[in-house]
Amino acid sequence: MTDAGSALRPYFAVFRARFNLLLQYRAAALAGFGTQCWWGAIKIMVFAAFFRSAASTPMTLRQAIDYVWLGQAFLTLLPWSGDPEIARMMRSGDVSYERLRPLDTYGFWYARAAARRTATPLLRAIPMVVTAGVLLPLLGAPQWGLSAPASARAAALFVLSMVLVVALSSAVASLMDVLTVATLSDRGVNSLAGPLIIILSGSLIPLPLFPEWMQPLLGLQPFAGLLDTPMRIYGGHLGGTDAIAALGRQVVWAVLLVLLGRMLMARFMAKLQVQGG
Amino acid sequence: MNGLKLYGRYVAVSLRSQMQFPVSFIATSIGAFAATIVDFIAIWALFTRFRQIDGWRFEEIALFYGVIGVAFALADAFTRGFDIFGDLFVKTGDFDRLLVRPRSTVLQLLGYELRATRIGRLAQGIVAWTVGVQLSSIDWTIGAWLTLLFAVAGGVALFSGILIMQATLAFWTVESLEIGNTLTYGGVEAAQYPLDIYARWFRTFLTFIVPLGCVSYFPVAVVLGHADRLGVAPWLARLTPALGFAFFGLSLLVWRLGVRRYTSTGS
Repeated sequence: MTDAGSALRPYFAVFRARFNLLLQYRAAALAGFGTQCWWGAIKIMVFAAFFRSAASTPMTLRQAIDYVWLGQAFLTLLPWSGDPEIARMMRSGDVSYERLRPLDTYGFWYARAAARRTATPLLRAIPMVVTAGVLLPLLGAPQWGLSAPASARAAALFVLSMVLVVALSSAVASLMDVLTVATLSDRGVNSLAGPLIIILSGSLIPLPLFPEWMQPLLGLQPFAGLLDTPMRIYGGHLGGTDAIAALGRQVVWAVLLVLLGRMLMARFMAKLQVQGG
Repeated sequence: MNGLKLYGRYVAVSLRSQMQFPVSFIATSIGAFAATIVDFIAIWALFTRFRQIDGWRFEEIALFYGVIGVAFALADAFTRGFDIFGDLFVKTGDFDRLLVRPRSTVLQLLGYELRATRIGRLAQGIVAWTVGVQLSSIDWTIGAWLTLLFAVAGGVALFSGILIMQATLAFWTVESLEIGNTLTYGGVEAAQYPLDIYARWFRTFLTFIVPLGCVSYFPVAVVLGHADRLGVAPWLARLTPALGFAFFGLSLLVWRLGVRRYTSTGS
């Protein structure tokens, strides 16, 4: 081998190693996609069975199916856990470096949370939307696939609502980071947040399918803005002034949770002790 | 020392080590309970609104859910060693150490850990089961209980088989892949409802390919007095959990194939 060839060899080795690492992530993404399809299919079959034996339903099956597919597609947008890196910093004491930065720590962490909730979830959503929205209809099962938004206005409001989801979800995730600072571990926060979010956001079953008397409460709580609001706008279940009001609630909750997070962070950080070493 | 006695030793050591941190154990168990009970809350919510699903009532679904939930909780507790097999044994090369010991690899991996915190999931299954038994007006004879216990045993065998097959994949992929979760967690999700609400292709899959329906749907439907919905004789329906054991046997064969193929990563 020539000199130039052997000089380049380590770079090729590094490239191959990185490439294989990324391929591993692709395998994980693929496995995640398969799982989401499977769960979506089961949920839809179960809802279809409930709906066909019911006299009246709180939403159409069409709306429920769109809700399920889009909910699966944007699953990673939800604040399932705090930032694992911040939890690591709390354990190692590296959090003190965060305090030394000439930046507002809350703002810094919020920006990190927002970054986690844009690139990856979008990439993860595309194959799901294509499969449910294009592939299923092409395979001759449009009634089980994802349909187009109810109207152009619904589509526009849906996009706006999804932007607010990112803001709200990042606020919830940052609050979880702040609580990690208070408890010095992310385990308690994460194990509490999971069940709460999956049921109150509409990820487990669409919120309109809960009993009638619970509806006013479910609409007011903050987690509805993480999933339920855009999903119902998309299918036309929420329209007119109701949709605008729901968007308003997303904004209010995002602002309130940011303020709460900032306040708690100031309090916990003042009391934080970092052991040396 | 025979295999069973050795397994007993493994279990005793594992439990003792987990009880070294009792608070952590209790907190994790409660977390597991909370994470799974929301499923049951969702089912309750759906029935509050819809009353029935294709003629099945809430208490009947609760029993389907309880049987499959208890079976999965037990299997999940027993097979921890297989669950983390790829990352902890293949990638690190630690599987070499199991191979040089004069005992079967399956026994050693089963003995790796008895995950006591799964008691949270188990409790949730028992809650659903109890709700089902209390609210339904069937005759709880010895025969009914034996049928359900056989269903749970078949379910434990089936889920263990799925988890072993998932671990076997690691001989090829080196890392643990979570695709098996569709059949374990996704299987629990699917089998908590009676099979007859599903589309035909899905029913066939859950009866003959991965016989999840055989360890819950057929036996539980007979106990609930709905043998007429099954299309098979009641005695046959009571025996279908045997397919769970067959699946477990098959997974052991596949495992052997994987072990024969194993080459150490050398790390």
